[in-house]
Amino acid sequence: MDKLKYVGKPVVRIDGKEKVSGATRFTDDLEYGQNMLYAALVESTEAHALIKSIDTTEAEKYRGVVAVFTGKDFPYKFGLYMKDRYIFAMDRVRFVGEQVAAVVSRDKRIAEKAAKLVKVEYDPLPALFDQMESLKNDAVLIHPDLGEYVHVPWFFPQAKTNIAHWRKTRQGDIEKGFAEADYILEDTYRVPRYAHCPIETHAAVGLCDLSGRLTVWASSQSPHTQRNLFVEALAPLGFTHKDVRVIAPPIGGGFGGKAGVSMEILAAAMATKLRGNPVRVIWSREREFYNTSQRLGVIAKLKIGVKNDGMFTAIDHRLYWDAGASAEYGANVVNAVGLSATGPYRFPNIFIDSVCLYTNLPPCGAYRGFGYSEFMFGLESHINRIATHLKMDPVTLRKKNAIQEGDILAYGVPMNPSGLLKAIDAVEKEIEWSKKVKPIDSNKVIGKGFSLIWKAPAMPPNASSAAFIKFSEDGSLNILVSGMDMGQGFLTVMAQIAAEILTVPVSKIRTENPDTDRNPYEWQTVASHVTWSCGNAVRNAAINARDQIFEIVERACDLPKDELYLKDEKVKCKAKPEFELPLKNFVIDGIQTEDGTFRGGPILGKGIFMPEFTSANSDPETSQGGHPNVHYTVGAAAIILEIDKDTGEMHVKKVVEAIDAGKAINPDLVKGQITGGLLQGLSTVLYEDMRYDEKGKLLNPNFTDYKIPTAKDIPDEIVPIIIEVPQPDGPFGARGVGEHTMIPAAPMVANAIQDALGVRIKTMPITQEKVAMTYLKKKEK
Amino acid sequence: MSEIKILLNNEERIVEVQPYETLLEVLREKLGVISPKCGCDRGDCGACNVLLNGRSVRSCLILAVEVDGQEIITVEGISKDGLSKVQESMIDNNSFQCGFCAPGVIISATELLNNNPHPTREDIKEALSGNLCRCTGYLPILEAVENATKE
Ligand code: FES
Ligand code: FES
Repeated sequence: MDKLKYVGKPVVRIDGKEKVSGATRFTDDLEYGQNMLYAALVESTEAHALIKSIDTTEAEKYRGVVAVFTGKDFPYKFGLYMKDRYIFAMDRVRFVGEQVAAVVSRDKRIAEKAAKLVKVEYDPLPALFDQMESLKNDAVLIHPDLGEYVHVPWFFPQAKTNIAHWRKTRQGDIEKGFAEADYILEDTYRVPRYAHCPIETHAAVGLCDLSGRLTVWASSQSPHTQRNLFVEALAPLGFTHKDVRVIAPPIGGGFGGKAGVSMEILAAAMATKLRGNPVRVIWSREREFYNTSQRLGVIAKLKIGVKNDGMFTAIDHRLYWDAGASAEYGANVVNAVGLSATGPYRFPNIFIDSVCLYTNLPPCGAYRGFGYSEFMFGLESHINRIATHLKMDPVTLRKKNAIQEGDILAYGVPMNPSGLLKAIDAVEKEIEWSKKVKPIDSNKVIGKGFSLIWKAPAMPPNASSAAFIKFSEDGSLNILVSGMDMGQGFLTVMAQIAAEILTVPVSKIRTENPDTDRNPYEWQTVASHVTWSCGNAVRNAAINARDQIFEIVERACDLPKDELYLKDEKVKCKAKPEFELPLKNFVIDGIQTEDGTFRGGPILGKGIFMPEFTSANSDPETSQGGHPNVHYTVGAAAIILEIDKDTGEMHVKKVVEAIDAGKAINPDLVKGQITGGLLQGLSTVLYEDMRYDEKGKLLNPNFTDYKIPTAKDIPDEIVPIIIEVPQPDGPFGARGVGEHTMIPAAPMVANAIQDALGVRIKTMPITQEKVAMTYLKKKEK
Repeated sequence: MSEIKILLNNEERIVEVQPYETLLEVLREKLGVISPKCGCDRGDCGACNVLLNGRSVRSCLILAVEVDGQEIITVEGISKDGLSKVQESMIDNNSFQCGFCAPGVIISATELLNNNPHPTREDIKEALSGNLCRCTGYLPILEAVENATKE
């Protein structure tokens, strides 16, 4: 192959100019016309209660109110992996803030005022705010009909309990494994819930025209999946896929929170009963916190056995997840972790239980990292503690047990090619691991912490991508795909892939966010898999277009197809060096032959990709026998953390993160993921602290009380390192990195604190206050 | 309803506003100026920043009636005759990911550079500390502002 010209280059984002000029139109920036309707919500004030009555008469009478809706209007269940939620609460409410009714008006302030007039009477039930309470035999049932819910075949909900799913993974002989160990460490780690905090809140506008055509504009990571779920839910009203169209304008951040369907269904459903009027539903910042989805909380009970030489003998990892009031998406987070909670290590004997529990807190779902940040906090903390016990360097211990290509994964399939050891070495060197850093100020101490990175995409085994490529008269082209650019740079990366194959510069390629009517299928933009999956589809579409080009030239110019190649937007021929035909001459108009007739026509490339080796079918008692994950992306990271011994204040002096991208299609964008993901990860450990009152109400749903970092809170130095051990089935060898970048943040901070102060903190977040108090306690002892 | 007259991106605009309407609402919903975004509606995020008589302010915290007779500049105004140096630098530096925070950040950066053409890294952090960005980790934005002041 010739040297790559576009792939692997730090190309400037193709949507950069749009974004800095203010031209980008997000969902709420579009014009929907004069007859817009605004919806205001009535929310549950109870965490768990039966709805006795809803009185809407006052609201309906209020001047300017167009309609009032309650659960009765849409008695349909929906959900991505399990249908366990309603459009509005039906007979019961399951968390504070759940939508019970909506009031619609032409004037948003009238809608808000009238919503306050809706009277809801509740019969309170006992509420569960702790997943360990939910697990108890006599716990009140949050979903009494759980046994009847429709769900994917790889979920195992337990009827008449609060267990929405239980993933069991078993390998080897766990008892023998612990019997062989010279040392066993057992402890419990707690990670609370977190909020995604995209700066653009959820937004959706639904319009059902008078012919019955439903269009929804949504700030979404999943336009096709949303269309599918809208159709499933609204099928009783007669909607089919052809009647429903989802348009996904650029989105102002997703981080998993805009995957699947949540509030968007309100816009879709209400629009069906208000034909001809766009219905606008925009979440306030408060509601963005408590009624979209949050990251699941987890209590992880971890036990690891090790030989004196540092070789691991067994892992017993039991994870109890707080999924909130609905688990339709969250249970798949639990599932993913149940298959991967060994981390990037070789354990000859494995026992994993990952249990998804309903609670009466807001529903949880996908969040960047999909459960891995949560369990890696405990696991990577544990590994450091084992190293301390063995008096072994924690990096050495990691290297000894690090998983390598061909090693058998927890579910019995060999590990993909990986640059894990290379990443560890690169980080160790850059952070000068063995060198102690001395603080200048005697009141401060400095610690170093290390953590590995590990994650696989979690998706249905047949999640697929599709792409079209079409040319214009001047040889420029459009790529039609349905992946979402939520900031990661997806559109640019797709352009680079097509550019490389078709030799058309990126500046001549347009790729835009999707419309399900016009763009081909994409499952969802989640799981850090679109560079890999949709990248393969675009690659295939480009190859398909190239084949068409060569075929036309063969027919029209009488040159053998096999001798043709593309160079600088021209067709060339190995057998006839003087031949050259610019693409723009024929990609629309075809090639004229001697008799005046034409050959060819518009070039239209088509490509699809679906992994054909994956299967979610496995033994429910052991998880052996299937092939649930496509591959893992791995890496390593380390931190230098300065701590004030009196105040606990922490300052990140340096972070190094190395990640194996397989092939970085755009190194600048990969570095962008590292910088942004690391800060998001550091934020979960150092700042973000969600507080509920004893009745299950979120106390800090705003940026004043739920702190996320500002420009003043960034590390002094970040060193991103890209490792490239190609993924054999990835486009140009690429695999995803987006979520992974935040995974090592929490454990490496905890490990650095231990290094600096000799204390081990086992619950997140690790705020300044917590550090100061823990250290004080240690001194007092 | 009362009528206000403002100089918006160098054009005189007259608009009827309610006494309770914020400047952000009026810009977005009545004047077609959509670069200022609503990220929180309570002064926390800076996505709604605009220049009011040359100073950056949170348009979600100002009532439209308060700005009668004054001058407002948004990113539309800054971009009208081609992009500014700092905007160009942000493109070259891949400064933004989702870009939702971008208009607010550009307003803060523009105000900074108007008053201080050679800011230090600390000055830039200070000037942008009122703009929340969840995607980028800020570094590529800070670097772009720095680069814009070079040469
Ligand atoms: S919307 Fe004005 S500061 Fe957030
Ligand atoms: S780029 Fe997404 S919030 Fe700043």
